[in-house]
Amino acid sequence: MIRFLLKGLIRDRQRSLLPAIVVAAGVSLTVLMVCYLTGVLGDFADFSAKFSTGHVKIMTRAYADNMNQMPIDLSLTGVNELLDEVRKDFPDMEWVIRTRFAGLLDVPDENGETRSQGPVMGIALDLFTPGSKEPSRLGLEKSLARGSLPGSPGEILISDEFAQKLGVVPGEMVTLMGSSMYGSMTFYNFRVAGTIRFGTSVLDRGAMIADIRDVQAALDMDDASSEILGYLPGGYNEEQAEVVRTVFNSKYSDPGNEFSPVMLKLTDQSEMLKWYLEIMEGVSFLIVFIFVLAMSIVLWNTGLIGGLRRYGEVGIRLAIGEEKGHIYKSMIYESILIGIIGSAFGTVIGLAFSYWLQEVGLDISNMMKGATIMMPGEFHAKIIPQAFYIGFIPGLFSSTLGTMLSGIGIYKRQTASLFKELET
Amino acid sequence: MKKLLILILSGASLLHAQYPSGAEVMDRMDRNMSSRNRILTSTMIIHGPRSSRTIESKTWAVGDKKSYSEYLSPPREAGTKMLKLEDALWIYSPSTDRTIQISGHMLRQSVMGSDLSYEDMMDDAAYKENYDAVVIGEEILRDKQCWVVELNAKTPDVSYQIRKVWVDSETYVPLREDLFAKSGKLLKRTDLYDIKRMGNRWFPGKIVFKDMLKSGDGTEFIIDSIQFDTEIPDYLFTKASLR
Repeated sequence: MIRFLLKGLIRDRQRSLLPAIVVAAGVSLTVLMVCYLTGVLGDFADFSAKFSTGHVKIMTRAYADNMNQMPIDLSLTGVNELLDEVRKDFPDMEWVIRTRFAGLLDVPDENGETRSQGPVMGIALDLFTPGSKEPSRLGLEKSLARGSLPGSPGEILISDEFAQKLGVVPGEMVTLMGSSMYGSMTFYNFRVAGTIRFGTSVLDRGAMIADIRDVQAALDMDDASSEILGYLPGGYNEEQAEVVRTVFNSKYSDPGNEFSPVMLKLTDQSEMLKWYLEIMEGVSFLIVFIFVLAMSIVLWNTGLIGGLRRYGEVGIRLAIGEEKGHIYKSMIYESILIGIIGSAFGTVIGLAFSYWLQEVGLDISNMMKGATIMMPGEFHAKIIPQAFYIGFIPGLFSSTLGTMLSGIGIYKRQTASLFKELET
Repeated sequence: MKKLLILILSGASLLHAQYPSGAEVMDRMDRNMSSRNRILTSTMIIHGPRSSRTIESKTWAVGDKKSYSEYLSPPREAGTKMLKLEDALWIYSPSTDRTIQISGHMLRQSVMGSDLSYEDMMDDAAYKENYDAVVIGEEILRDKQCWVVELNAKTPDVSYQIRKVWVDSETYVPLREDLFAKSGKLLKRTDLYDIKRMGNRWFPGKIVFKDMLKSGDGTEFIIDSIQFDTEIPDYLFTKASLR
């Protein structure tokens, strides 16, 4: 019977093509929406993890209390030993030293006098250790606008917009005026190797990327850093991060010592970030739910219309003696076949679009101008296992349900009045 | 009843009349603390929340308006020079070979990590022009009878709106100064110790600065040697002398 119905569907395109197209379109939109919203959420957490929070972050307890002010006088000391310890304790994770700092970048003229000056927010990371994943983690090569990546100590990257504002070109010397770990004013010369464009307003306004060793020398932070970031092997996972945090804090953290290390997971580090991720998760679930529901109604309607459109055909089939139950069953089977074919096509199309969006991304940096929070300038879709079957909910079940409802009318029709109906 | 009231009021006014005027106390204090010029070498011990650091420096100053300092140790700070001319401040950093003018919010940064900000360093002791001084009472501080002088800013553009100074009523050397925000919050405290006779004036040998908003035990500023009213060449107070 299935073979018979399949042949019917292929040969009678009038009857099957439109419903299949509608199902495929609806399913592809559902799949794309699910993948895109998942990707947006992931991008947001991923961006935050890469640039600032890590999946987990180790700081001193005092630093953690005032994290937003970047108080480098409260930085971790003896970081190399601590780094070795955590690498031993959590060998699957990747651990990196970072220091975030703020200061003024001063550009001298030919006489060494200040030519231009501007506030800068710096990120110090491991740029030069062979095999360091830090440059690629921050996408430095991709973000390079002018010049080159730092190749030797003393070289830095600054935001392209900031460089233009200061009138600096790659190759020029600049002086960082900052505050040392002991609170005194400190000066350090750097050479601008290149400029970068992250597509994130907050960073593009005035960021500086330097090697951790240079910043340790500049800010008098011998064997010290403001943070140690940890990255879980398979991306951020709240439960795994919680386990790592609990184990670390019970072993290393002393509530009575404000300079003892403490670990916070990504969502612990900012109430706003936590709130945003929760809201986004809730909203995206709601959007997906509403979308699946809407698509279900549309496809149910398609099934319903399909059933009603074939009112005449059903009448003839009844008139020539076909069983009501048989007609009803065959229409449902037909609908299931259309649902499967449409959903399969729709899923493939939706996944193809999602894959494209996963690789290319959607540039929203123009919309983010003037934003005061750190957000990615590009959002990508993410293909998740659910994307392979979620489209079948509206595509298969809804259209079949629509057919089942419209098919109830078959049982209400009287054979006696069929010919009269068919004449009209 | 009326007679009693008059008696009490006149008694109170008589009591108040025993206090010298704020301006008089500040004038006598200035005679101790101010000089035409001075050369001093000092040791600054900064007691941070984690450790203490010692910084040595030499300063040449003319009045309140011009000063030139050179840091002598530790090696990281050695060679750093500071020039203050009126309201402008320049720092020369030998590691970068740059002379940079400090202005704006950078003035609020701590001097070498101490409890003293550049703004505090720039703050001339121009009490007369900027503050109204009133003696509000007498107190005993470190076994010394002191006048307590309250200074209220005449203009809003001073670093501290209210100052309270405990001036030794015998030597007219300040023993303590509290600096307050407009809200009345205590921001900084300065205690002066080891008051010694130096020529015709009394002068402290040790000053302890404490930023009340910072953790740590404050900054000790020990005057190792001081010479008053000696000749200082003018070229020292030029930007060229920084390099």
